Amino acid sequence: MSHEEQNEKELLKEEKELQPEPSADAKTEKKEGEENNPVKAEPGESDAPVTAKPGLPPKSSVPRAPRAAGAGKARPAAGARPRPAAKKAEKKPEEPSPLQPQLDRFLRLLKDRLGEGAVKEAYINRAGSHIPTLVVDKEHWLSLAQLLKEEESFQFDYLRLLSGVDYETHMEVVYQFYSFAHGHQIAVRVKTGRDEAKVPSVSHLWKAADWNEREAYDLLGIHFENHPNLRRILMPDDWVGHPLRKDYEPLDKEV
Amino acid sequence: MLRTEEMLLNVGPQHPSTHGVLRLIVKIDGEMIVDAEPVIGYLHRGTEKLAEDLNYTQIIPYTDRMDYLSAMTNNYAIVHATEQLMGLEIPERAEYLRVIVMELNRIASHLVWMGTYLLDVGAMSPFLYAFRDREEILNLFNELCGARITYNYMRVGGVKWDAPPGWIEKVGTFVEYMKKQMRDYHALITGNEIFISRTKGVGVYSKELAIQYGLSGANLRVTGIDWDLRKKQPYSIYSRFEFDVPTGKTGDLYDKYLCRMNEVVESLKIIEQAVNQFPEGGSIMGKVPRVLRVPEGEIYVGIESPRGELGCHIVSKGKDKPWRLKFRRPSFYNLQILPVLLKGENISNLVAILGGIDIVLGEVDC
Repeated sequence: MSHEEQNEKELLKEEKELQPEPSADAKTEKKEGEENNPVKAEPGESDAPVTAKPGLPPKSSVPRAPRAAGAGKARPAAGARPRPAAKKAEKKPEEPSPLQPQLDRFLRLLKDRLGEGAVKEAYINRAGSHIPTLVVDKEHWLSLAQLLKEEESFQFDYLRLLSGVDYETHMEVVYQFYSFAHGHQIAVRVKTGRDEAKVPSVSHLWKAADWNEREAYDLLGIHFENHPNLRRILMPDDWVGHPLRKDYEPLDKEV
Repeated sequence: MLRTEEMLLNVGPQHPSTHGVLRLIVKIDGEMIVDAEPVIGYLHRGTEKLAEDLNYTQIIPYTDRMDYLSAMTNNYAIVHATEQLMGLEIPERAEYLRVIVMELNRIASHLVWMGTYLLDVGAMSPFLYAFRDREEILNLFNELCGARITYNYMRVGGVKWDAPPGWIEKVGTFVEYMKKQMRDYHALITGNEIFISRTKGVGVYSKELAIQYGLSGANLRVTGIDWDLRKKQPYSIYSRFEFDVPTGKTGDLYDKYLCRMNEVVESLKIIEQAVNQFPEGGSIMGKVPRVLRVPEGEIYVGIESPRGELGCHIVSKGKDKPWRLKFRRPSFYNLQILPVLLKGENISNLVAILGGIDIVLGEVDC
């Protein structure tokens, strides 16, 4: 444990030395950091480096030094630290994604075949490998799925992922498809209500969806309509509730 | 007139040939399998649920316990997805260490498969040789991170431990040793008549079926599809190495065996190149904030584990803990095809076909 802390402290030091950012940037950063302070979840953790290592060079190398010379000097820095990464991510994606034309092509075709309004939202997920992503309501999912599978210029024959997410306001089923014929991929997020979570099953189109839909039903309580065998798969058959739902109450909280 | 009736045969959950706690309800007519239903969940520990209350670093040891034969690739799946979402850069030295341990782990995993599979079809001695050679790899891991099975080696931004002095050289020596061993294995197994008659032409399936069922790894490549994420969607520094992707021709069990054995050779190639290019000095951890707050967003990243595509789907709400973490476990997808393969087979092929899929129940049940 102490070893790890030491390691991290060294990292910390390095990180500070490595952040000669323009002062304008630093100012806004500090503000954000201060706002962030009161709601910080782990006050103990951020205190640790200050008390344990008084010799820690104050943030003199960073432009925000004059303010930080006060008593709570570690605080603003600690609060602001996660920010730079987030900022960079925001700054970068100004130029259009290389896959934007592909997404546009998909959308044109979908509009042709399914009409206006079938796809609720479409964007490029810039995190990772820029996957074109569609958001649809469950009403349109079955016809869209059929098209993705069978249309000549889509041919998404390979289901890579089926995952359910409970957003508290609604439920989502996330699909990732790949096409061996064309080498392109797409992600689809199907939205459904939370109380009556129902999504049409696509296990007749992709056999791989069978167990995955059972898993999503088991853990999240999403009903897949017309699934041939929608039973629990991981939990025991007589289990009550669906554990991955955010309002799930464990039988025994002590465990 | 002979009276025949169907019989239910229960296999497992405690059975040496199911490689863990898998139960199969098999309906047989005489010796022919009419239907088979896998029952899973005996090893379900709720990793995905637990992960929602853990920060990203704390999740890593849990992934060790999913596919416990290749914990290094599991480690990598979660840290890689997190790094992608945060946009972190990883130091060279750490990337090389990661590739070396992942490929070593692939070899160890394939050795376990090969040994136990030969046990399944009735040969004892390859098992002993395979575990002897695997031991060499485990010793290397032990020296590197102090653990033999559950390594908990990788961290978001790098790796936990640097290679001790002389370790890289030892890896180089092992590569040479293993190359020699491969010749022995082929002499021992590949031409063995009993092995051939147990596996040639058994458990065949088509490309289309494999794609339908979302198979990945050797299970997909055996049908002739050239699909390896290290090549097709390169991650880490795999694009720097030269290696081939072994594919099968007929799609039977014998081809699967050859596929995996050739994958070991390819992994050795990668390790050899990585050892030669290994950077002299440098950091093993990138610049990572002390508290990992992953920016809001969603990501799915798949990597090539020894068993197939191991994916990690993270939904983050900007906190230090994931809102939802989903693992796409290759064994879970691969096992699904089992009933189709077993239908109409002789009962004596059950264990051979099941073993050929190469499942790890810790991963199926997660």
